Amino acid sequence: MNALKSGSRLEQVLAAGQFAVTAELGPPKSADVEVIKTKAASLKSVVDAVNITDNQTAIVRMSSIAAGALAMKEGLEPVIQITCRDRNRIAIQSDVLGACALGLRNILCLTGDHQVFGNHPTSRNVYDMDSIQLLAMLKGMRDGKKFACGDDIRNGKNAPVVEPRIFIGAAANPFGDPFEFRVVRLAKKAAAGADFVQTQCIYDMERFERWMKQVRDRGLHEKVKILAGVTPLKSLGMAKHMRDNVAGLTVPDFCIERLEKAADKAAEGIAICVEQIQKLREIPGVAGVHIMAIEWEAKVPEIVNRAGLAPRPQV
Amino acid sequence: MITAERKPFGEIADMVQDAKKLLILGCGSCVTVCMAGGEKEVAMLASAMRLANRKAGRKADIREATIERQCDREWFDKVAEDIEWADAVLSMACGVGAQFCGEAFEGKRVVPALNTKFYGATERQGVWVERCAGCGKCVLADFGGVCPIARCSKSLLNGPCGGSQDGKCEVDPDRLDCGWQLIHDRMKLLGLLDRLEAVQPLKDWSAGGDGGPGRIVREDATL
Repeated sequence: MNALKSGSRLEQVLAAGQFAVTAELGPPKSADVEVIKTKAASLKSVVDAVNITDNQTAIVRMSSIAAGALAMKEGLEPVIQITCRDRNRIAIQSDVLGACALGLRNILCLTGDHQVFGNHPTSRNVYDMDSIQLLAMLKGMRDGKKFACGDDIRNGKNAPVVEPRIFIGAAANPFGDPFEFRVVRLAKKAAAGADFVQTQCIYDMERFERWMKQVRDRGLHEKVKILAGVTPLKSLGMAKHMRDNVAGLTVPDFCIERLEKAADKAAEGIAICVEQIQKLREIPGVAGVHIMAIEWEAKVPEIVNRAGLAPRPQV
Repeated sequence: MITAERKPFGEIADMVQDAKKLLILGCGSCVTVCMAGGEKEVAMLASAMRLANRKAGRKADIREATIERQCDREWFDKVAEDIEWADAVLSMACGVGAQFCGEAFEGKRVVPALNTKFYGATERQGVWVERCAGCGKCVLADFGGVCPIARCSKSLLNGPCGGSQDGKCEVDPDRLDCGWQLIHDRMKLLGLLDRLEAVQPLKDWSAGGDGGPGRIVREDATL
């Protein structure tokens, strides 16, 4: 067996061939630590790792590294999201060293939502690099033991090289356009250094399966662990919002119809999500599931249980 | 060309309200083409200002002139007298021309009547669109002649983000094409799609604006 790259729990679960389960924890829009404690309490021991989002939808929140360090104290294994929107290569490399020093072992590389969608639309964006260049930079730090500029990762000429030992993730969106380029994006991410990917939330199973076939045809599922993304629909309003307003996301009519008919919309949303996970487990090349219960972390244990994914393996 | 739009009238009027002798100075190049600061626009702004002054009971002399270019010193000679005469010059050139005018006549107050926008082209009558970001190291050859820096809202070099839908950019789907859909389509047409599979390395932004104020020196052309 190959030596582990980071030794993170997520890496170990995936390396052992176990079907991985990750969730998401959105940091608070304040300095309120209790929010993290409450959310962490719902997720502890229920999932293998938890993504800590990085100012998602460009709304200011507690930093992902700080929230991740706090979540780790609560017993979770964080996946730190880093976007390219707000920081340049200097700041990101600095943050990666800091995250690693705090014991954070998983980092997910994202381009980041454009600032027009958030609460500071007049701000300037950075985009010094894109998510693929970010992957390559982090792989270079870990495996090449060098900064992006080529310098060794050491404090001085005679100091030891102490590179960040991290498990590197990326996102994949099979629902954006142009569709035929989506698998190319994944291939580029795998080539640049992604160890695992988490997909955009899947409702359109048919399109996801077509994408997965392309992924398998290229053998990409053997190079990078693919975690299929799901988001339980809380309400009919949310389903329609996702369908109509979120680019790169399709919600098929049958989801909408089921929610329309259901007396208890939230329960039906959970039921749909559980069924989706069961279907996703059957797709060859899917190595795990990423449950993005947006501001609904408390429901994750029920979803994991009902999908037959509890208890999580000990590693 | 460098594109620009005229500032709102109120903002312009506020900037020059103290000037008793005002020169409105147009520019005959880019901003004439994009109908923001040429001879016509100078005349229109001058009459609007005269009217506003009359209404407000304010006495001010306004002169109008338009020179070939405000980004070359030699053209200012023609209007040197008007500039000397004026308390303030309202430049209808881009930000380059307005600054250059101030440099040519130190001690003269030069204020801009335009908001300078981008390097663009005339898509059709009355519509101008951005095509170049002036990054200092042209990458068009790698992307089928469509610039990912200027035309992708996030300046991505390795393909479209998840916000590309039906050829449109999620930042403003009614107005913006997805730059990467355009690159993809063009490369497909050229039979070069496989070239987009290469991972583009980090870009050297120091060649453009991030390297500090730009300067080009051609030894063979200097006197």
